[in-house]
Amino acid sequence: MNAVLTAEGLKKSFGAVTAAANISLAFDANTVVSLIGANGAGKTTFLNMVTGYLKPDSGRIMFDRRNIVGLSPRQITKLGVSRSFQVPQLFQTLNVRDNLLIAESIAGAKDPQAATDAALARFALEPYGHQQAGLLPEGIRKLLDVAMALSSRSKLLLLDEPTSSVSADEKFAIMDVVMGAARAAGVTVIFVEHDMDIVARFAGRVVAFYDGGIIADGTPDTVLRADSVRRYVIGDEVPHAAA
Amino acid sequence: MSNILPVAFDGIAYGSWLFLMSAGLTLIYGVMRILNVAHGSLYALGAYAACSFASAWLNGGLPAAGSFGMLLLAAIVVGGLVGPLLERGLLQWMYGKDEVVLVLITYAVFLIMEDVIKLVWGVDSLLLPEPYALPGNFSLGGLAYPAYNLLLIGMALVTGLALVWALYRTRQGKLLLAVIHDREMSMAMGINVSRFYLATFTVGATLAALGGALTAPTVAVTPGIGVEVIVLAFAVVVIGGLGSLGGAALGALLVGLVRSATVRYWPEAELFSIYAVMAIVLIARPKGLFAAQEARKI
Amino acid sequence: MKALAAAAVALALLIALALLAPQWLVFMAMLALAKGVVVLGLVVLMRTGLVSFGQGLYFGIGAYAAALLSHQWHIADAAVMLLAAAAAGGLIAALLGLLLARYRDIFFAMLSLALSMILYGLLVKSAALGSTDGFNLHARTFFGMAFASGMERRVFLIAGSACAVVAALMVHRLLGRHWGRLASAVRDNELRVSYLGASPYRVVYVNYLIAGALAGFGGALAALAVGHVDPETTYWTTSGEFVFIAILGGTQSIIAPFVAAAIFEALRTIASQYAPNVWQMSLGLAMLAIIMFQPAGLWSLAERWRRSA
Ligand SMILES: Nc1ncnc2c1ncn2[C@@H]1O[C@H](COP(=O)(O)OP(=O)(O)OP(=O)(O)O)[C@@H](O)[C@H]1O
Ligand SMILES: [Mg+2]
Repeated sequence: MNAVLTAEGLKKSFGAVTAAANISLAFDANTVVSLIGANGAGKTTFLNMVTGYLKPDSGRIMFDRRNIVGLSPRQITKLGVSRSFQVPQLFQTLNVRDNLLIAESIAGAKDPQAATDAALARFALEPYGHQQAGLLPEGIRKLLDVAMALSSRSKLLLLDEPTSSVSADEKFAIMDVVMGAARAAGVTVIFVEHDMDIVARFAGRVVAFYDGGIIADGTPDTVLRADSVRRYVIGDEVPHAAA
Repeated sequence: MSNILPVAFDGIAYGSWLFLMSAGLTLIYGVMRILNVAHGSLYALGAYAACSFASAWLNGGLPAAGSFGMLLLAAIVVGGLVGPLLERGLLQWMYGKDEVVLVLITYAVFLIMEDVIKLVWGVDSLLLPEPYALPGNFSLGGLAYPAYNLLLIGMALVTGLALVWALYRTRQGKLLLAVIHDREMSMAMGINVSRFYLATFTVGATLAALGGALTAPTVAVTPGIGVEVIVLAFAVVVIGGLGSLGGAALGALLVGLVRSATVRYWPEAELFSIYAVMAIVLIARPKGLFAAQEARKI
Repeated sequence: MKALAAAAVALALLIALALLAPQWLVFMAMLALAKGVVVLGLVVLMRTGLVSFGQGLYFGIGAYAAALLSHQWHIADAAVMLLAAAAAGGLIAALLGLLLARYRDIFFAMLSLALSMILYGLLVKSAALGSTDGFNLHARTFFGMAFASGMERRVFLIAGSACAVVAALMVHRLLGRHWGRLASAVRDNELRVSYLGASPYRVVYVNYLIAGALAGFGGALAALAVGHVDPETTYWTTSGEFVFIAILGGTQSIIAPFVAAAIFEALRTIASQYAPNVWQMSLGLAMLAIIMFQPAGLWSLAERWRRSA
């Protein structure tokens, strides 16, 4: 077993709300893992702790055999963890090209212009190169957000709802592009997702969050069929519900 | 030991005056997100109007005690006329702009008003000594203090209590607190935000004018008197935390006491001390004493 | 290359002006140039999304640094004064920037204002520095060369112009590259900048330092023009003037600050002759008009005109 990221006993609360109740998880290299859970279950909080935006109240996060708790988002990014956001974090007044060019330059690309061209092609963003990021349709903004995250040549890519606020018929196309690029880059992917069809199609492993804790962890087949997941995550009526 | 009392008294009097100035400023910021540079102009207008009103009263041979009423009237007239004029005529078109741009807009208003004042009242100093001299001195612990300062302290207390009552004990006030807390939500709930903006700005303007009117008897009223006041009021408001009334009160008292102590023991450092307090507070609490230090949710 | 050519033309024009124009115009040009350099620094900051209402701090530091050299240490060389002023501005900015670079938006604006008012408060009360009256300075040589009386100002204008043109070119170069885009990135979204692995703090800090050094230089140039320094140089209304000129020109061009400063000085000279009582009012109205109708500054008008021509 070769874990890229290991979380051990993470706890985080905001006043009375427990956003992480003793979370322990390990992620193997070159896998694609999906985090699912109802609104407020603690998925984003988990990503925020891993990337240093929030400091866990207790617990350890090991990345590359090193405890990264207490490091800043910038330091963690430099170590090789990058992410996209639930609400895309772009440079709104700049065009798509410049957004990527900044990302590639910060990442230290030898030829940032060429790297930008390549990224535009990889994410099918060429037609939008000269459009202002703030004015793009949501699907394109999501793609650009991921493209910027991948520019830092990280080992671990965290995606927070890469297909939310995108129309149903676009979701698969976007995920195809994103996963294709991730595979080509050889990164480990953890993505948060609400659409179970997407989860079933792209994830090799699924972790279900509920109320700051983990209620199921395993292959998509088993997790998506578990009663607790169907009741608390998917919201199905479960016929023979055990009280 | 004998020095403490006069330092404290001066500090509290000065703090009261500062509070009158900064309460309106912080209120306007809290509700409208405008750090209003024109607050200094309203202060100056209040001072000038007070001179005109009270002089007219005294020259008319009316009882001198009535000149206090004229100071208040001047503040109400200035606030009630210029406040709505500015809010309806200019600011209401600017909401939603960047906070720094709003500072620039009110700075422009400030520049315009500076010249308007000169055109109306001329460039010579105006003096209005009567209301200050009238109540005379009172003595405490063997030292004499101007009784006018008691009036100042009283006005600040009354104003502060009135604001607290209006905000926390009336229906309209509670709605206003809701607007301060979350504007979008309030609008969605059907609160008429625009009316609250008008009311807030008018009240704030009146408080600024009141500060000016109450200062008029103690200084020579000259062009540019609003220039320094506005930065002082900024300092107080930033120390307390932008938008916090309690913060403004504490900030005003703090600055008042620090200033009177430095004036007494180290007069060269008077201005220095005030802004140094502000810098120190901001270093320790980047958003001021009473502001929530919240992080963005992502 | 285009920038180099523009710089050469600008410098040639300024030298011609310095040699041929009447004294009053030379004086005016020096002041405009001085303010243009300060505003150039402000523009660098504004590209980062920050407005300083306290550049008077560095303007004053530069002016007093130059004046003190002449007054306390009897160093009457303009070149030394200008360089020392820029260094002093940069040094103090390097110190205060450690603190200020943590703040944004209105807090950055107000804290920089407060810091400039601290210096104002110190200067006003310091008898050794002439309190509110300030004191005079005299510069007689430039890099040790002496000139016929009446020529000094012209030489200083040429020297100032050369430095300003070099500074503008350097800023142009800097902003045209990754650093300029990074500044815009910090303005738009710091969170993303951090999550790409760069430090917004560092970007703000360096740009603040540049702005401080430029303002220090501008302060010394203005002091050389006027031959006098007083605390007014650090007062918040002086800082407000710089912000006004920056808004007037807009932040899109490196030449705009200088053009805007020249327009500003010209108008002020005319106004003080013919309409001293409505000068501030005109400024205020102009500022409102620009913010409402031409938020990118007057420069964008010129750009549009050039493109349609
Ligand atoms: N910075 C914060 N301050 C206060 N409460 C927070 C903060 N961040 C998250 N929370 C709370 O923690 C809980 C978990 O939030 P989190 O954003 O992790 O949920 P999520 O699983 O990502 O939900 P969603 O699917 O809606 O994105 C919620 O109740 C949320 O309100
Ligand atoms: Mg979330």
